[in-house]
Amino acid sequence: MLSISNLQASIGDKQILKGINLEIKPGEVHAIMGPNGSGKSTLASVLAGREDYEVTGGHVDFDGKDLLDMSAEVRAAEGIFLAFQYPIEIPGVSTTNFLKTALNEIRKYRGLDPLDAVQFLKLMKERMKFVNIDQSLLSRSLNEGFSGGEKKRNEIFQMAMLEPKLAILDETDSGLDIDALRIVAEGVNKLRSPERSAIVVTHYQRLLDYIVPDYVHVLYKGRIVKSGTKELAYELEEKGYDWIKAEVESV
Amino acid sequence: MTPNQEYTSFKDQLIAAFREGEERMNGESKSAFHQVRRSALQSFETLGFPTIRHEEWKYSNVKTMIGEQYSFDEGTALTVEDMAPLQIPNLEGNILFFVNGHYRADLSQIVSPATHLQIKSFAEAQQTDAETIGLHFSRYADFQDSAFTALNTAFAQDGVFIRIPDNKVVEEPVILRFITDARHKNVAVQPRNLIVVGRNAEVKVAESYRTLGDGAGFTNVVTEVVVAADARVEHYRIQNDSERAYHIGRTQVSQADNSHYYNATITLNGGFVRNDLNIVLNGQHCESFMYGLYMPNGRQHVDNHTLVDHAMPNCYSNELYKGILDDKGTGVFNGKIYVRPDAQKTNAYQSCKNVVLSPDASMNTKPQLEIYADDVKCSHGTTTGKMNEDALFYLQSRGIPKDAARTLLLYAFAEEVVSNIKIQPIREYLEGIIREKLAL
Ligand SMILES: Nc1ncnc2c1ncn2[C@@H]1O[C@H](COP(=O)(O)OP(=O)(O)OP(=O)(O)O)[C@@H](O)[C@H]1O
Ligand SMILES: [Mg+2]
Repeated sequence: MLSISNLQASIGDKQILKGINLEIKPGEVHAIMGPNGSGKSTLASVLAGREDYEVTGGHVDFDGKDLLDMSAEVRAAEGIFLAFQYPIEIPGVSTTNFLKTALNEIRKYRGLDPLDAVQFLKLMKERMKFVNIDQSLLSRSLNEGFSGGEKKRNEIFQMAMLEPKLAILDETDSGLDIDALRIVAEGVNKLRSPERSAIVVTHYQRLLDYIVPDYVHVLYKGRIVKSGTKELAYELEEKGYDWIKAEVESV
Repeated sequence: MTPNQEYTSFKDQLIAAFREGEERMNGESKSAFHQVRRSALQSFETLGFPTIRHEEWKYSNVKTMIGEQYSFDEGTALTVEDMAPLQIPNLEGNILFFVNGHYRADLSQIVSPATHLQIKSFAEAQQTDAETIGLHFSRYADFQDSAFTALNTAFAQDGVFIRIPDNKVVEEPVILRFITDARHKNVAVQPRNLIVVGRNAEVKVAESYRTLGDGAGFTNVVTEVVVAADARVEHYRIQNDSERAYHIGRTQVSQADNSHYYNATITLNGGFVRNDLNIVLNGQHCESFMYGLYMPNGRQHVDNHTLVDHAMPNCYSNELYKGILDDKGTGVFNGKIYVRPDAQKTNAYQSCKNVVLSPDASMNTKPQLEIYADDVKCSHGTTTGKMNEDALFYLQSRGIPKDAARTLLLYAFAEEVVSNIKIQPIREYLEGIIREKLAL
């Protein structure tokens, strides 16, 4: 589904991604961990099509298409979804209104008729249950004045509405209380299917108890320096990153 | 102030026109009303048109406007049919048309009962309501230091006179449509409006300005609004004018105890626009709201000067002005808040936010707070920035194309102001124009 080879990206003259290689097959969940500042969010943004980052090398193939050639909105329509580490507040635009526009733009791209108000509301009601989100929150301005946890929940709600092929969750667990973490993780699991894949960026093994990954990777200084299965996450939880850093420096 | 030597030809033309008019007047020239006009003309003669050396006109150069040749008192054959495309859909109420400055009863409709709404052309009211006019005319809009107000006062003739008796609530809005027919010539008009709202009375008034044709239209309007104790006034000024429209508009408001005045000034289009909104809180427990939206693009210029004068204690004022500037559009916001020594327990808030979309567009903001009382709550803030790229990316990442995302964000930005317009057909009409203007 997603094949990243030797991806390099920089901002200004600072290189952040220094050759990422990653292969994700349909249905797989890959966790990405790694110390602060190692480039996890940068990778997520580059995949989602943020233009501030300049891709200086490498290639990304998404379902047989050149992902790096597409604008952010086309990537979304092709099935990429990024749950932001820091969701943006947008005054004056309600989540409902915005999601309806987004969903119908994506449908247009796929040659489908737009959902009318009734169909949209029905879908919304159904997906609200996935993450246990309140209607009143959705009629407010998008993320404006939302608590940290509410913002994260809203990201997963949007994901449930847009049903992406590849979801990239950037620290969706941070800022969530224990109950919310479980609810959000269950929401993600409900969307799991043999066709859908996910990249889950997290600092904590705890999330991976709920969203069980097929693979765990460690990103450090712009490279994936170690990959393993979910046991790697336990090992990191226990030992921290020093041993990995030492391994990298000794090479 | 020394007379300004520039722009003398237009100035001379105006002064000559005044003298000529005076000669035709016979006995009337001795009336008190005319004495005010004469003294206004003297002020205009002394002041001359402001140049950019004048602090209040630093960013608004009237040179091009003054340089055009205009005909005053230009007749026009506009018919009911010509007005049809100018109608605002679904808008019902008292709708008055003024064409090239003159009230056109044949195009207008008045639906509210005369017991509640007394409305007539300013010219007619000079005969029928001399006493009220004597009491209020030029009592608020001081012309000593404003050339344009002086000029308007000197020529005060056209425009509207509205009086709402005490305790009367006018349900239907009063819509004043000022149409300048510049299809064949450049035309200048100087409407003079007086709105006197009695104790505990209520009215909604909307002014709209529109220039037809390719000729230049110069409008110099002064509106005095007198809000008696416990009265409530909603006042909208709507400008969706031509590229060749020059608009100088002054609104001077005087509020008495417990009164409520609510203003929204929306400038969607217009070549050169200068609005002065001055509110004097002459009573206690007054409330004033000021909303503004301006969207200059192309080579349009919009200058909003506002002043809230807290002369008495325990009043509340709140102001929100927003601008979207594109192409070579330029904007000015100058917001003054005075809190006089007696005006304890004043609450005064001001905010001005702008989005500048092009490197050639510019915005000048100047909040001015002068606070002489100690027990007050005041705040002000101005922001001028580019399009929020993070927000754009967020919407794009959900599948909304960049152009649509941009329109959505800017529309939401404008809507924070427009949503405050309580006459729904007007709000919808403006929202339509805003959508069109923002769509790429
Ligand atoms: N706009 C920017 N300008 C300059 N440097 C940037 C910019 N964005 C990211 N960086 C730098 O790139 C590096 C990687 O940042 P990134 O946000 O991808 O890290 P991360 O792995 O997600 O960290 P965290 O775990 O703290 O979220 C950091 O050193 C960061 O300071
Ligand atoms: Mg990050």
